[in-house]
Amino acid sequence: MGLAVCSGCDIGNCLDAESLCSLMAGQAEGIVCMHHPALCSEEGLGKLHRMVRDKKLDRLAIGACSPRVKSSFFQMDGVLVERINLREQVTWVMEAGSEDARMCAEDYIRMGLAKLAQIASPAPYVPEKIAAEIVVLGGGVTGLTAAVQGASAGYRVHLVEKTDRLGGYANRIHKLSPVTAGHTALCEPDVASLAALAESHPLVEIHLNSTLASVSGEPGNFTVELDDGAGTVLRAGSLVVASGWKPYDPSRLQTLGYGSTGQVKTLEEFEQFAGEGKIPERVLFMLCAGSRDKDHLPYCSAYCCGAALKQALYVRESNPGSEVYIVYRDIRTTGFQEDFYRSVQSDEAIFMTRGQVESVRQSGQALEVTVLDSSLGERIRLETDMVVLATGMVPSTTTDLNLQYRLGKGLPELKYAFSDSHFICFPYETRRTGIYAAGTVRAPMDIESSREDGAGAMLKAIQCIECVSRGESVHPRTGDRSWPELYMERCTDCKRCTEECPFGSYDETEKGTPLPNPARCRRCGICVGSCPERVISFADFSIQSISAMIKAIPVPDEFAEKPRILVFVCENDAYPALDTAGMKRLKLTPYARIIPVRCLGSVNSVWIKDALAQGFDGVLLIGCMPGDDYQCHFIHGSELTEKRGENLGEALRTMMLEPERIRTRFVEITGHHEICKMINEYAEAMEALGPNPYKGM
Amino acid sequence: MNRSLPILIIGGGIGGITAALEVAETGREVILVEKAPYLGGNVTGFNNYFPKRCPPTCGLEINFRRIRSNPRITCIVGSEVTDIRGKEGDFRVQVRSVPEMINDRCTSCGKCVEVCPVERQGSKAVCIPEGVVFPAKYTIDPQICLGEACGKCVNVCPCDAIHLDADPSVEEYRVKCMIVATGWHLYDASRIENYHYRDEPDVITSLEFEQLLSENRMRQEKLSRPSDGKMPSRIAFIQCAGSRDLNHLPYCSAVCCSVSIKQALTLADLHPEIRTEIFYIDLRLSGRNEDMLVLARQTPSITFTRGKVGRISRDGEGGLLLEVEDMQASVRRRDPFDLVVLAAGLVPNRILPVLETGEYGFYTEKQAPGIYVAATCKRPMDVSSTVKDATASAMKAISGTV
Repeated sequence: MGLAVCSGCDIGNCLDAESLCSLMAGQAEGIVCMHHPALCSEEGLGKLHRMVRDKKLDRLAIGACSPRVKSSFFQMDGVLVERINLREQVTWVMEAGSEDARMCAEDYIRMGLAKLAQIASPAPYVPEKIAAEIVVLGGGVTGLTAAVQGASAGYRVHLVEKTDRLGGYANRIHKLSPVTAGHTALCEPDVASLAALAESHPLVEIHLNSTLASVSGEPGNFTVELDDGAGTVLRAGSLVVASGWKPYDPSRLQTLGYGSTGQVKTLEEFEQFAGEGKIPERVLFMLCAGSRDKDHLPYCSAYCCGAALKQALYVRESNPGSEVYIVYRDIRTTGFQEDFYRSVQSDEAIFMTRGQVESVRQSGQALEVTVLDSSLGERIRLETDMVVLATGMVPSTTTDLNLQYRLGKGLPELKYAFSDSHFICFPYETRRTGIYAAGTVRAPMDIESSREDGAGAMLKAIQCIECVSRGESVHPRTGDRSWPELYMERCTDCKRCTEECPFGSYDETEKGTPLPNPARCRRCGICVGSCPERVISFADFSIQSISAMIKAIPVPDEFAEKPRILVFVCENDAYPALDTAGMKRLKLTPYARIIPVRCLGSVNSVWIKDALAQGFDGVLLIGCMPGDDYQCHFIHGSELTEKRGENLGEALRTMMLEPERIRTRFVEITGHHEICKMINEYAEAMEALGPNPYKGM
Repeated sequence: MNRSLPILIIGGGIGGITAALEVAETGREVILVEKAPYLGGNVTGFNNYFPKRCPPTCGLEINFRRIRSNPRITCIVGSEVTDIRGKEGDFRVQVRSVPEMINDRCTSCGKCVEVCPVERQGSKAVCIPEGVVFPAKYTIDPQICLGEACGKCVNVCPCDAIHLDADPSVEEYRVKCMIVATGWHLYDASRIENYHYRDEPDVITSLEFEQLLSENRMRQEKLSRPSDGKMPSRIAFIQCAGSRDLNHLPYCSAVCCSVSIKQALTLADLHPEIRTEIFYIDLRLSGRNEDMLVLARQTPSITFTRGKVGRISRDGEGGLLLEVEDMQASVRRRDPFDLVVLAAGLVPNRILPVLETGEYGFYTEKQAPGIYVAATCKRPMDVSSTVKDATASAMKAISGTV
C-alpha cells in the first residue's frame, strides 16, 4: 500500500508532509510513502507512477485535493486509489499551522489508509446471458417510434399491443394540428406510415392482441411471458412502457351536461364524429373540462387547447355558415402553436370567451349554455347544437406490466398517478432499472412530444443493456462496477433490505429471504444501511470499510478539551457543498471528522453506535432535501435516515446518552454556508453538552 | 458508415451535456464542443428550476461526475465549430479554440486572483465561477486582462499553468454524425422601446433577475435593485415581453410564465413583505407546473392582473410607473413599482449557415443526413423538455433515423 501526500495549494502550511509520511510509515507496516510540493504536476505524477511501479503497489492513498477534481490525473490501471481531501476539507477551511488542523489532516490520512485496507476493486457483475432485445409495451405513436428507433439502431424489438391494430389513440384522429411552417393548415394523420415502418422492419416483431402475463428477472436478462393465447415467452434486456392514456371519465362532469343529452361530447368523441362527417352547425368547446380543478384533475393536460382549436376548424371547414364558441381560462398554445391560435382567432365566426361554463340545458333541439364571462364579469347565454368538453388525460395503469417484483406489479407512480421521473434534469430516471416509461403514461403530452419521448426512452433502454453488459451501473452512479453481496448465513429474513431498496432490486422467497438481482441495483447502498445484521456489502463500500475509518480516529480523552464529532455526508449534494465552502475559504471546525457516503440512507446504525462507544461527542448526518420536492437521487435516503433515527434513540437510551448526540440535517448542493454552519454549531453544541462519558473506555 | 468515428455534440449547455452523456453511455465515443470556458450554458446562471425550485447544480454535479468518469467523452471548451464538410458517416469539422491562457495544470489554488490588479464589477480578470464548475480551473477574461505586460499571475502560479501568450488553435476532427444543441439567448429587451430596458436600470430581464436571486443566495445577501441598492417593495413581472407579438417574437416562448411564477414564489419565501404583481395575457403552465400557479394564487404577496403593460416611465421619486390596461377590470391603471422584470422570450443560438433554418430563425428538425438538432435551438422549451429532446436526439444519432 502506498501513501502520497501533496503539499501544494497551501496544504503544506497546514501539515508537515515529511513528518506525516514518516509518522504513517512508522504506524503501519508495508506502507510506502512519498510527498511532493505539487503532486498533480508532471514531475509529481512521474514520481508517483514510479513509486507505484517500483514498489508494485496495488493500493494507493492520495492526500491532496478533493476527489471531485483532478480525477483523471490520479486514475491508475490496476491500482485501487483512495483520495483523501486535505485541501478543501482541511487546509482551506481551518487555521493554517494550528495543532487542530494538523490533527485533522492526520486523522483523514489514517482513515483513508484504514479504508483502503478494507476495500477491493469490484469484480463486475454481468448476467450470464445478455439479451440485446427490447420489449415495448403499447403500439401507439410512442411505442411505434421507440420500436422503429431501437430496431434502426440494430436491436431486436418486440412490440406488444393489446388490441388487434397498431396506432393506438392516433388511429381515431381525423386530422392533425398544423405542424408545418405558418401553422394554418390541418395535416393528414401519419400514424399509418409509422406503423408501416414498424411492420416492415426486419428487427421489429409485432405481437397484436397481446398483453404481458409476467415480467421477471433483471436488466440484461428479463423473461417476459405474453398473454397472447400461445404462451409466447420472450427474453429482453430492457423494456419501454408506452401504454398511453385514457380520457378523464366524463360521467363525472354531469353538471356540464354530459350524459343528460347526446349533444354533449368529449374531445375524443367529437374527433370520431368529425371523422364520420357528422358535424353540427353550432359547436361550443369548453376547455379545461375537469382539468385544472381540484375536484377533478388538478393538472393541465397540455394537449387539449391545441386539440380544441383544431376541432374548431373541423366545424368551420365543414360549413361556411357554422359558428364556434370556445370558452377557456387560458389558451395554452406554446411555441409555434401560437401561430395556429392566431389564425384561429382571425376567423370571425370563432368566438373566444374567457370564462367558465355554469350550466348546459336542453332547449328544444338546441342546448342553452350559461357562461360566466370573466372579462365582462357577467353571465351570458349562448345557444348551440353541441357542447364539446375538452377533458384531460389520465395515465393508463402500469400494473399491466405484471412485474414479478416484491415491490409490486407496476412502476411506482408519482404525483397524479403518472409514472414520471421526479427529476427535472433526468426525465428517464426510473425506479425500476431497465424499465422506462414513455409518452402519456409518463406525463400529459401531445403527439409530437410523445414521439420524442418514445425515442428518448428507447435510448435509455439501449443504454441500460450496454451498461449491464459491461457490468456497470446506470444513472446516476453510471459506470460503477460494485454491487451488493450478501453473507446469507447471518441473514435473519427481516426483510428490511427488500422493503427499503428504492429500485426493487430484491425479491423474496416465501420465507422472506432476500433474493438479490444485482443488475437492478443502482448502487446507492441503502441496503447496507438497512441491514441490522450487517450482511450486505459492496467491494469498495462496506460495514467494515467505514467501521475501519471510524476506528482509525484516535479520540482525545476528556481532559484534552478536544471534542470530536463524526459527520456522515451524502456524496451527491452535501459533499460538493463542502468543497464549495473550501473554495470560498469558509471556516469549518477542526473537531469534525467527515465521512462521505453514497447516500445518507446507506449509513448503518452500527457505525453511529460504534462512534459513540468510541467516545465521539456526537454524530451528525447530512443528506439531501427530503419532502415533496426531494432532491435525493435515491428517492428516500434522507427520509429513511429520519425513520431509522427513531431506533437509534432507543440505542442512545440504553447507552444512557443524551438524544442530541445524534442529529440529522438536510442541505442543498448550494448550501455551502449552511453546511458549515450546521457542522460548526453542532460541534459547539456538543462541546457545551460536555464530553461523551464513553471517552477512554 | 465508419462506426468507430466519434459523434460530435455542438453546445455544452444542459441539452448538449445530456446528448453527449446519453450517447457515450451506450459505449460510443463523443466529442463535446462548448464555446464558453465552462460547461453548463444558461442553466448555470439559474437560481432554481421549476416546478421543484431545486438548484440546477444538483443535476449538473451528477452530470459532471458522469463526464469525469467516462473515458469516451472528449470535452473541448472555449471552442467553436467553424466549418463542417463531408457527409454522414465521415464529416470533417473544424474546431477553433480561443487561446488557453490557463491550462489543465491549474489546481484552482487561487494564488493568481490574489495578485491580479484588474477588477471589474467585483470580479478579477482571472476568475472561476462559484459553486459546481466543470472543468474546475480558472480562466482569464482576455477583454480586461493586462496581458504579458502585467504577468503577475504568471509569476505567482505554482503549477506553471498560466501562459498569457498562448495561441488560438484550429483542429480538424473526423466525426460520424453530429447533434446540434446550441441553445438559446434572451430576446433583446431594449427593442421593446416603451419598456426602456436600456435606460432604466430597474427594468431588468427575467434572466437578470434569476442571476440576481442566485448571487444573493450564494453570497447570503438580501435582494437589492440595481439603481440604488435598496430593497424593492413592489415588483412587477411583465409576461410576453416581446413574445406573442408580431413586431417582436410572434411565437410563445413556452417557459416565461413558469419562470416568472417560480421567481415570484421564490421571492415570497425569501421576502414575504415584497409585493409582486404578474401582468399576463394567458398563464401557460402545462402539466404539473399548474401546481405552481395554484400555489401562487394562494400566496398573499402575489397578485395576477390580466393585461398588457403599455409603457414604463420614471415617477420622479426613484420609482417606475407602469401604464397598464387591465383587461379584467376594463380600466387603465398607472401604478408605481420599484423593480420591473421583463419575461423576455427565447431566441435560438445559431452557428453555421450550413444548417437549415426554419420558422423564426430556429433550426429545422430535418437537416442533411447525419445532422440532428436538439432542444432550444429547434423550438422554445423548458429544461425538462430539453433533456428529453436531447436524449431523443442521442437516439436518432445512434439509429441514423429521424
